[in-house]
Amino acid sequence: MLLRVRNITKRFGGLVAVDDVSFDVPAGHIKAIIGPNGAGKSTLFNLISGFYPSTSGSLRFEDADITHMPMHTIARRGIARTFQTTSLFKHQTVLDNAMMGYRMHAESTLFDALLRTPRARREEAETREAAFEALNFAGIEPLAARIAGSIPQEAQKRLAIAIAVAAKPKLILLDEPVAGVTSEETLEHAALIRHMAREGYTICLVEHKMSLVMGLADSIVVLHHGKKIAEGTPGEVSADPAVIEAYLGAATHA
Amino acid sequence: MRRVLWILAAAVAVALPFLVPKSFYLQIIASAYITAIAVYGLNVILGYTGLLNLGHAAFFGIGAYAVALLQTKAGWPFWPALLAGCVASVVLGALVGMVSLRTRGNYFAIFTAAVGVMIAIVFTNWQDLTGGNIGIVNIPPPPPIGSLTFDGDVPKYYLVLAALALTILICVLVRNSLIGRTFVAIADNEDLARATGVNVARVRLTAFMLSTFLAGLAGGMFAMYNGNLGPDQTGLDITFEQLLYLVIGGIGTIAGPLVGTLVLVEISQQLQGVEQYRFLIFGPMLVLLVRFFPLGIVGGFNRLTARWVRP
Amino acid sequence: MHLFFQELLNGLVVGSLYALVALGLALIYGTMQVPNFAHGHLYMLGAYVAFFGVTVAHIGYWPAMLLAIVVLALVGILLERLVFRPLSNAPEVNTIIAAVGVLFFLQTLAQVWFGGDYRVFPSPYDRVVHFAGLVATQQQLIIIVAAAVLMIALFWFLKRTLTGATIEAVAQNRAGAALVGIDTNRVSMMVFAISAGLAAAAATLIASISLISPSMGFTVILKAFAIIVLGGMGSVPGAIIGAYILAFAESFAGTYISSNYQDAIAFGVLVLILTFKPTGLFAKGT
Repeated sequence: MLLRVRNITKRFGGLVAVDDVSFDVPAGHIKAIIGPNGAGKSTLFNLISGFYPSTSGSLRFEDADITHMPMHTIARRGIARTFQTTSLFKHQTVLDNAMMGYRMHAESTLFDALLRTPRARREEAETREAAFEALNFAGIEPLAARIAGSIPQEAQKRLAIAIAVAAKPKLILLDEPVAGVTSEETLEHAALIRHMAREGYTICLVEHKMSLVMGLADSIVVLHHGKKIAEGTPGEVSADPAVIEAYLGAATHA
Repeated sequence: MRRVLWILAAAVAVALPFLVPKSFYLQIIASAYITAIAVYGLNVILGYTGLLNLGHAAFFGIGAYAVALLQTKAGWPFWPALLAGCVASVVLGALVGMVSLRTRGNYFAIFTAAVGVMIAIVFTNWQDLTGGNIGIVNIPPPPPIGSLTFDGDVPKYYLVLAALALTILICVLVRNSLIGRTFVAIADNEDLARATGVNVARVRLTAFMLSTFLAGLAGGMFAMYNGNLGPDQTGLDITFEQLLYLVIGGIGTIAGPLVGTLVLVEISQQLQGVEQYRFLIFGPMLVLLVRFFPLGIVGGFNRLTARWVRP
Repeated sequence: MHLFFQELLNGLVVGSLYALVALGLALIYGTMQVPNFAHGHLYMLGAYVAFFGVTVAHIGYWPAMLLAIVVLALVGILLERLVFRPLSNAPEVNTIIAAVGVLFFLQTLAQVWFGGDYRVFPSPYDRVVHFAGLVATQQQLIIIVAAAVLMIALFWFLKRTLTGATIEAVAQNRAGAALVGIDTNRVSMMVFAISAGLAAAAATLIASISLISPSMGFTVILKAFAIIVLGGMGSVPGAIIGAYILAFAESFAGTYISSNYQDAIAFGVLVLILTFKPTGLFAKGT
């Protein structure tokens, strides 16, 4: 079991955003987290990745307790993520962005840089290579020299995925990877995500577009008002009356 | 193309003592070099890492006073004194950095301004040690290396030039390295940097320490070059002036600090008798730049030439 | 004991001045989330305008104060329109850098006008008064009273008038205020005018107490920041309380510790607070 989420709760003052949620994510799985707006899906991702601490509950990743770890430590342990509003290093090149994805695997310090040690040069080359690989994987290698903020929306989303992939993580959290993207592009992204799964990445996916989720996910967790109301295969979940009620019939449309 | 410009500039710099008849002019340029070293330090923390350290001049003071005091009061020769000065700046930078970097944005600027002013107050008031407002005089020049003596304008000029070249080299190496990219990434998007495994606090501290190192180096050079030193070099107004040079030259660029300093020093020179009024122009210039042209001279130049070179 | 009360009085005097200056800074930060680094130099400019009014134009003390307040209010509005408003969406550092440009300009202006030396700003109220065993100059008493009057007037304006209410609304929630139709730009201009005017009043009040020089802005701005960090960045009551606390601390430290390092008290306080509470003493949780 790669990720164990146990009784995770997050309170913001009086508001309970995530309420006693538990589920498991096995290695190699694609798990989708769905729910109406405001259900707490992105908050859940923020808790898992360590963006802010949970109020109570526990998170175990690869059998280690990551509940109170800071975000960068969790990232180094092998959890990568994309953000709901595409988060990039907008003023750097696409290649620089991808290089930052791999950055955590390089140990070079300031002194390595100043003295041009063999380690510095080797790691720089390694990072470049990993970055190009990731850009290739995401299908945006031709854009490598462009400034990240200047490429089209859809390419930016691919870049966010490339950054996550460059980190060579074990678990990737994708937060609404196809928000604001055309249905044609959605199909391409779905193929990309399937490719990621085939490559061995475990994926957790927050998404609204049911077409993407139903065709992709191995299992689904449904959140509503911060609580888990259903969990199961796409078939089971789409037939669940509680789920249907929560969505009021929107479940079968994309 | 850029490389050609650098080689040209280096050639002019090396040949300068033979190109200018008046040693007065050489002094101006050498002083500009010293200021530029400090501005390079400011560029590392502000230009690369996005943090405005308003106490920057205080670290300049640490390096300067270390060199001055160790030489005049403890009898140290120049080189170990300079090393000690740089170390002191880095150590103090680490201490200040560890505390100040827990604050954000505006608070960081205010906090570092306060720390800087406190240090400047110590320089001004600790009469016994620092000589108060009068400062320290008769700082001996560096001891001769072999047959090379350092008590003339020309050898001192080359010493300063060497320090500047070292500074630029450091900045180039850092900017193109993984750690330099990390500085810039943190300034660009701190949350994403964290998500890619960067220990933001630790990297920021590294940037801070590098910047104070350069400030201390500049300070040490100042003490050496001028032979005397007062607390007026360490105040908030000095940091503000260095900020001006940086913004005009081009924040975040490699040539910016040098270009900005040289250009403004040159303009101040041209103003001859009215140079004390230079801020009547520089002040609004800074506002206009920040509003309309934040790239500065070198940044704008880069943007222009990038269009020519890359389609 | 007698010395204690004397120091208390001194603290009250200095605190009143600090309060007027810090108040303005807090108002600006509260409504615009902008640290106006040029504020100290606005104070300096106010002092010189009043100085000009008294020693050159010979219009008398109170008219000179009025002149300073009006001129500075206009300068404040200009600053808001030309510098701070256009930069409101830019990164925070840009506003600070622009403010640096402004303060250098103002300092040089004063230098050109009056030279760089310290000047004595004479006051017609320099007779000494004795009461309750304490000694004070008339000017000192005027400061305490005038500052109190101004602060009360400001509170009345903020709490009891409609315009004042719009300022409070913007301070609470700028976006929300705009949504209900409040002209936030007009509020910003007003806030700048008020804060600059208060600084001008404070600057005129220091007549015969303090020397003036073009570079006096640097100390003022840092102390003002120390005060608003102490009192809570955007809080007006906090600024006032913080001002008096700092003034008392300086007064007592100056006597019992060392007068040289008196100024360092403010900065020491600032450094201490931010060391242990990096978000400020009364920061609202996010």
